[in-house]
Amino acid sequence: MTARDPLAAATPPVKSGRTPAPGMVERRGSGYWLTHLGLIIGLLFVFFPIWLAFVASTVSQPEIVRPPMPLLPGDRFFDNYRKALVSGINAPVALMMLNSLIMAMGITLGKIAISLLSAFAIVYFRFPLRRVFFWLIFLTLMLPVEVRIVPTYEVVAGFGMLNSYSGLIFPLIASATATFLFRQFFMTVPDELAEAARVDGARPMRFFWDILLPMSRTNIAALFVILFIYGWNQYLWPLLITTDPSMNTIVMGIKQMFPAGDDTADWPVIMATSILAMIPPVIVVISMQKLFIRGLVDSEK
Amino acid sequence: MEKRVTFKGIWLPLLLVLPQLVVTAVFFFYPAGQAIWQSLFIPDPFGLSMKFVGLGNFEYLLSNSYYRASFVTTAVFSTLVTLVSMGVALYLAVLADRLIKGSGIYRTLLIWPYAVAPAVAGVLWLFMFNTRVGVVTWYLGLLGYDWNHVLNGNEAMGLVVVASAWGRISYNFLFFLAGLQAIPRSVIEAAAIDGARFWTRFRTIVWPLLSPTTFFLLVVNIVYAFFETFGVIHTITGGGPQQATTILVYKVYSDGFVGQDLGSSAAQSVILLFIVGLLTVVQFRFIERRVHY
Repeated sequence: MTARDPLAAATPPVKSGRTPAPGMVERRGSGYWLTHLGLIIGLLFVFFPIWLAFVASTVSQPEIVRPPMPLLPGDRFFDNYRKALVSGINAPVALMMLNSLIMAMGITLGKIAISLLSAFAIVYFRFPLRRVFFWLIFLTLMLPVEVRIVPTYEVVAGFGMLNSYSGLIFPLIASATATFLFRQFFMTVPDELAEAARVDGARPMRFFWDILLPMSRTNIAALFVILFIYGWNQYLWPLLITTDPSMNTIVMGIKQMFPAGDDTADWPVIMATSILAMIPPVIVVISMQKLFIRGLVDSEK
Repeated sequence: MEKRVTFKGIWLPLLLVLPQLVVTAVFFFYPAGQAIWQSLFIPDPFGLSMKFVGLGNFEYLLSNSYYRASFVTTAVFSTLVTLVSMGVALYLAVLADRLIKGSGIYRTLLIWPYAVAPAVAGVLWLFMFNTRVGVVTWYLGLLGYDWNHVLNGNEAMGLVVVASAWGRISYNFLFFLAGLQAIPRSVIEAAAIDGARFWTRFRTIVWPLLSPTTFFLLVVNIVYAFFETFGVIHTITGGGPQQATTILVYKVYSDGFVGQDLGSSAAQSVILLFIVGLLTVVQFRFIERRVHY
């Protein structure tokens, strides 16, 4: 959802496995330990909020509302998470997670599918208005959904897509980053492959399925990681169009769990939900780290 | 750039671009056009009809003190988010770059916040600084500091800045680390042999060579602070207190959906659109010419 050309990364992250060159710049000694110390302080800053949320999700409400809350986990882990998942506050969190999963997968797969097809058409065919289409699609790089929320809301409402998965998914597919990425990749595919396919009498779609698609595997996977996180973490759009709690996604549903007015929030359940909301994207990022970093370079979505 | 080898056919490629074209037309061009169109009208008091006012909405906005205040808020907010997030990330990247072994472990741990949604990050930081139950609030109280971001606009701003910058550290760290690792070792070692200490090496060699990465991140982070921090602000402050944290994107939402002032909200969308366009141009310029010293 940003305005940049996804391929314009100034300096792509190179592989971190640089051959160690232990010259005189890296020395062991006090500097070495200070380096680790500095990094660990940074890690504490990064992880303290997450740790605290985890602790809060394992203790009871009275332990939190009488500050200071403990800094080590309590024994209510299963109680709190069961309560969150099964009953939640407005809707069971398990249901909200399912909604998030459907939305994230819908956005990811939908965007990859339509982008692959249109990039294939733009790169491998000469047809009327090709340039026009290209620029029309390219223009969408510039306008985040946040900027056009009111009219987009009216369109979705007009189609009767409020509180529906298609309403959650389609407006977020309407952007060209992926198309751009695939176009760029297809341009690097050697012409000889298409030539050979044509000489062999292969039809265009056969070339697409049997040659182009397998070659794009890594790009697709990298984009998958980025788009999944993008989709899962959406907030404003689901907030606008899902008024029915059973259609809430988990990321936007957390805020809805806070009571209006002066009542005390059910912190253990809210924090358990926060942890549950970050688990799927964290797993995706950590387990597919290499693809993730590659995806970041290729595009920011 | 054109492909030398292409397939024949007109209907097949049209069919292939059709899905994207339809989605883009319905959910992108039509709404964007609507935003521009609506920005030229105001609804009558009963919301029954629209009255054409030309650029009246824009004139009104630009003379409106709340809107101008929101501009200033956005400028302060995005500057602070960019500086804090890039500063912390650069510090961590420089340290991680000094390690021969083990930087991978730190990297794995430091990319966590990227996966945390801005809205969730907002809830985590809200919890720490909650006026009644927040741990940090409580310890600050022990030190004699009375934290209350619900009433104090500066504290509210500080909190949304830190929460937004926190979520952005991973991204900046990865790009800074990559930028640092791309600097030839030999250059740095040559300086070291000449007796340059760490800080001198950083100032005279590393920082200038890192400038393409830094400029790239600068633009990307400003765009992030403008458009992707809605979740943080909505969960922590709701734009308050007294609009102290109402950034432009938040105002589009609060005027359009909460205040139901469609003309004004549409005009604000158009202004934002203009800003995005400007940032994009700036970015393309920088990327094309790179920044070298």
